Amino acid sequence: MPVAASAIYFLNLRGDVLINRLYRDDVGGNMVDAFRTHIMQTKELGTCPVRQIGGCSFFYMRISNVYIVIVVSSNANVACAFKFVVEAVALFKSYFGGAFDEDAIRNNFVLIYELLDEIMDFGYPQNLSPEILKLYITQEGVRSPFSSKPADKPVPNATLQVTGAVGWRREGLVYKKNEVFLDIVESVNLLMSSKGSVLRCDVTGKILMKCFLSGMPDLKLGLNDKIGLEKESQLKARPTKSGKTIELDDVTFHQCVNLTRFNSEKTVSFVPPDGEFELMKYRITEGVNLPFRVLPTIKELGRTRMEVNVKVKSVFGAKMFALGVVIKIPVPKQTAKTSFQVTSGRAKYNASIDCLVWKIRKFPGQTEPTMSAEVELISTMQEKKSWTRPPIQMEFQVPMFTASGLRVRFLKVWEKSGYNTVEWVRYITKAGSYEIRC
Amino acid sequence: MSGHDSKYFSTTKKGEIPELKEELNSQYKDKRKDAVKKVIAAMTVGKDVSSLFTDVVNCMQTENLELKKLVYLYLINYAKSQPDLAILAVNTFVKDSQDPNPLIRALAVRTMGCIRVDKITEYLCDPLQRCLKDDDPYVRKTAAICVAKLYDINAELVEDRGFLEALKDLISDNNPMVVANAVASLAEIQDNSNKPIFEITSHTLSKLLTALNECTEWGQVFILDALSRYKAADAREAENIVERVTPRLQHANCAVVLSAVKMILQQMELITSTDVVRNLCKKMAPPLVTLLSAEPEIQYVALRNINLIVQRRPTILAHEIKVFFCKYNDPIYVKMEKLEIMIKLASDRNIDQVLLEFKEYATEVDVDFVRKAVRAIGRCAIKLERAAERCISVLLELIKIKVNYVVQEAIIVIKDIFRRYPNTYESIIATLCESLDTLDEPEAKASMIWIIGEYAERIDNADELLESFLESFPEEPAQVQLQLLTATVKLFLKKPTEGPQQMIQVVLNNATVETDNPDLRDRAYIYWRLLSTDPEAAKDVVLAEKPVISDDSNQLDPTLLDELLANIATLSSVYHKPPEAFVTRVKTTTQRTDDDEYPEGTEPGYSESPAHVADGAASPPSSSSYVPSAAARQPVPPQSSSPPAAAAVPDLLGDLIGLDNSAIVPVDQPATPAGPPLPILLPASTGQGLQISAQLTRRDGQLFYSILFENNSQTVLDGFMIQFNKNTFGLAAAGPLQVPQIQPGSSAATLLPMVLFQNLSQGPPSSLLQVAIKNNQQPVWYFNDKISLHVLFTEDGRMERASFLETWRSLPDSNEVSKDFPGIVVSSVEATLDQLAASNMFFIARRKHANQDVFYFSAKIPQGIPFLIELTTVIGNPGVKCAVKTPNPDVSALFFESIETLLKA
Repeated sequence: MPVAASAIYFLNLRGDVLINRLYRDDVGGNMVDAFRTHIMQTKELGTCPVRQIGGCSFFYMRISNVYIVIVVSSNANVACAFKFVVEAVALFKSYFGGAFDEDAIRNNFVLIYELLDEIMDFGYPQNLSPEILKLYITQEGVRSPFSSKPADKPVPNATLQVTGAVGWRREGLVYKKNEVFLDIVESVNLLMSSKGSVLRCDVTGKILMKCFLSGMPDLKLGLNDKIGLEKESQLKARPTKSGKTIELDDVTFHQCVNLTRFNSEKTVSFVPPDGEFELMKYRITEGVNLPFRVLPTIKELGRTRMEVNVKVKSVFGAKMFALGVVIKIPVPKQTAKTSFQVTSGRAKYNASIDCLVWKIRKFPGQTEPTMSAEVELISTMQEKKSWTRPPIQMEFQVPMFTASGLRVRFLKVWEKSGYNTVEWVRYITKAGSYEIRC
Repeated sequence: MSGHDSKYFSTTKKGEIPELKEELNSQYKDKRKDAVKKVIAAMTVGKDVSSLFTDVVNCMQTENLELKKLVYLYLINYAKSQPDLAILAVNTFVKDSQDPNPLIRALAVRTMGCIRVDKITEYLCDPLQRCLKDDDPYVRKTAAICVAKLYDINAELVEDRGFLEALKDLISDNNPMVVANAVASLAEIQDNSNKPIFEITSHTLSKLLTALNECTEWGQVFILDALSRYKAADAREAENIVERVTPRLQHANCAVVLSAVKMILQQMELITSTDVVRNLCKKMAPPLVTLLSAEPEIQYVALRNINLIVQRRPTILAHEIKVFFCKYNDPIYVKMEKLEIMIKLASDRNIDQVLLEFKEYATEVDVDFVRKAVRAIGRCAIKLERAAERCISVLLELIKIKVNYVVQEAIIVIKDIFRRYPNTYESIIATLCESLDTLDEPEAKASMIWIIGEYAERIDNADELLESFLESFPEEPAQVQLQLLTATVKLFLKKPTEGPQQMIQVVLNNATVETDNPDLRDRAYIYWRLLSTDPEAAKDVVLAEKPVISDDSNQLDPTLLDELLANIATLSSVYHKPPEAFVTRVKTTTQRTDDDEYPEGTEPGYSESPAHVADGAASPPSSSSYVPSAAARQPVPPQSSSPPAAAAVPDLLGDLIGLDNSAIVPVDQPATPAGPPLPILLPASTGQGLQISAQLTRRDGQLFYSILFENNSQTVLDGFMIQFNKNTFGLAAAGPLQVPQIQPGSSAATLLPMVLFQNLSQGPPSSLLQVAIKNNQQPVWYFNDKISLHVLFTEDGRMERASFLETWRSLPDSNEVSKDFPGIVVSSVEATLDQLAASNMFFIARRKHANQDVFYFSAKIPQGIPFLIELTTVIGNPGVKCAVKTPNPDVSALFFESIETLLKA
């Protein structure tokens, strides 16, 4: 049964109900008490997101300072339930203008009740697209950003749009200047052994799109990935000029992309929602360009001293630079005193996370700054076992660089009125979980 | 753009309810709207504002949609508690369902469907009929779901009013969302009905597959889930279906991806071409891996499902083991699942890499994770013969770190490795012995002692090592005592010198005279007699060669795996349990609404019928005698000399007061249907005026404990709770006992839904069911009931002749047990067959053997344990011989009790 929920609860960290909605009669109104006593008040919290208590099952997620709990008593679709929660939170955020936390819920409880009534019926998720819902669910300050109509009078054909085949875009949009912004955002995940060999490395990328286009445009996106290019070279029967092609391990698309067409013709074509959305996600494991190499040497000198030397090499183009680089080197809990020498940026000891934190605000390509630190430890009598070292973790952002090498080759916009569009493309690579064991 | 609703939560000093009442009746619209918001705010924080019902409903007739929605929300919450006042809202509902604004029409039907009050339901039919044919798709898609709501309240009404046909028509609607909701609605109704309602033909299939392209993401999930039950006719059709579903694997919504995977896996079973299968596996791998970059909770769901998928199709992710390497910051539940899958994917090709990872994890902080990592190394050693040596060397390196729990866990797995590869790695025993004195966990100690005993002849100082444990023998946990006993006997048999001889005296003395543990005592006596009568025989028994073990932990049984794979993405696939193991909902049947037939309290008709009186609380209901109910209503003298022994079940009380999990679950509570009177288990004389009659029953494939409480005391009794002690079948309440207050002289009947395999007891099978019931006024009552095995027989126990024969042959003869019932007469074959079929014992075949008739039956108890039954008798003459063959012959005694009851009836 694709039922996703019998009831949904929003609780604060103490377990007070902020808001709740019962969708089905098969769970009692007091089930949340069971959740509180059997999960929230025990060590179980956080050990497993799906739990059975008696005849009911609970799925829960924590988002900022709110627990969202779904209760079911049937063999519900768990994947559907969690995805629903994720999407619902995104929807609320879009309505509240950003934050989703305890205060936001209290301040918008009437709106949330209204939305909960609309986005799920008898436990079955319905349309959750913010664009469309904003056409007719409008509360005081919240109104459709592009509509000049008063909030109380919803667009007359809203119902057709909610259920329409293009359930994510409304009709009759007009922009003076037709613009499309494409952001290619990549996260590099790395796990490197202490000996410097790559254990696991992949890139998860997403293409975020901001559309300000009139009418009902048809868009077509071309990338330098292998499948797309092969197809094209077959059609045109000539070799492609841009040298590098990349191979995507997997792609997933926003619901606006015609999947059957992607499968048969290998083209990404779609009618986009208005405003901002995530067009696609992709994953690459082969041929990843790592932006940074980290070379740590950590020596334990006796039982009370440690010497830490870390060299970080930037391996992207010399004209580019990374921003917000942070390197966290774990040290034992009993660290007493630290002293640093750095060739770039600043370093300090952060006792709350037991790490030496080295920050470099602007990090040019093809450079290799170093940090060396001396760490003094309090000698402790207890436990003879050697300290188990957590990995070094790194954060960064490299604008105009893609670790995968992905490039947008073209974005074609076709609309019956035949207007011209301006397209903007940006690339950025961020650190996902960038870990180096030491 | 943020709102400021929090102001509605602030309370004023004046009495809140009167003030709200005043504001709700204000002449100003805005004030009324604010007042309703305050009411909803109060409702949200759990205050009871039901007394404002009339005032809130008065605000319902409004042009303001926002206000209307709030009033509707209030109605959904409170209509049930004010059913008489709810009728006030009906007019507005009916009017709203004809409003020109489709949003309001839909809102009215949607809300009415959520109000489970008969008076409202009566008025729902006409609006619903109209809305199913509405011009606006938004109204139709809402009405489609509403049919499922109505079916849940009153199935008969839905069937009588032709809503099912209307719903089926919507499958051909031109709007994709209407189609999707209609499919969801029909699938749910089918799930709850025994009749064929929604059967997917190849025609609907192709129509729905086409609709898939245009649906919202959720609609795609509804359709894929409904279609996954479709059985393709042949490989070609299966291939066609798969081809149309594979594009869904690229969807951003994880639920769509998993439902598509489910459907593809189902169809793959039919596809014969290895090329196609290989190709599909290749296509499914990347989307499955991509799920691991979602939110951790979704990753968890994905990992639990991947665990199932790789058991069926190991090749899918054979090359992707790296993606399951744990990230340092992964939540613990993700790490544990990844580890499990890594073990499943470990092969000779990648074992070096995997071992490096496991070794790394074994030095992390979380103790449970570290233990699991160590155990994982051992399991790889058992699974991969060629890698065993490398695994052992990693374990030895870990032992050298000398972290206490790592060492203990390592020793436990090394014991298993020794069992798997006997006489291969004994050289490491010396290293293990070094850590001997650090062991403090029973399992680790027991493992180490087993190793010493098993290899006593190769360990020079084995006697000294064992002796060091003997001093503390009486204090050791049972597990360690048992191992110590066996190890000492082995040592003595291998080295019959003076030292061991003295040791064995001490141990046998300790294990026979000074212990209360029957297992230990029994084993000690057996050894003792063996040693004293024939030491050579003892050697043959104790030192016999043991069968080699294999790693089958966490491998699921193939039929269970099939069922779980058909349930991908659902709770069942996360728990790795079939749905019926945790879902306690009752199937809706049309008879459910016939309230009239049910007995209500102590109505005269009931008290005149004969009541069952058990001859003592502990005796089985089947053997009880009938006495007129007049006697039953009087205090019945206890016929059994011993009242229910409270001392026998001391831990029940603790559980009851500590409120065990199982006691706090509300479940749909069907009314008690009429039936034969229940056996009395707690006579009024023992229960200070409270009489309890109860029996396990089976209804529509669901187990219930049917209980009747009769209050013959002078006080009002309330706050009833029930608890079951551990029992052979793990029977437990699926929800709390829902019994209203019982006035003196009245009674209450209830059907308590039951679940199996919740609190299993150890030891030999027994039909004993110990029950404790308490209320707020009296002490806790204990009584014993008997589990009739036939109540557990499931509806799917019918076997084909061929599979019956095959199963019969596949079971060894030692599993066949038979018993004679000299007093039973089978006079009518048909009546007997009907009687047995009603208890889910299905007739397979009949043959003549001399003058005797031989009948064959099959039955099945949950977890798929079959019973193959042979009844031999001469029709009309006393004497029936019953033979039964089952994989688990221990329970055949219980079976004979059951069959005797059934045949006598």
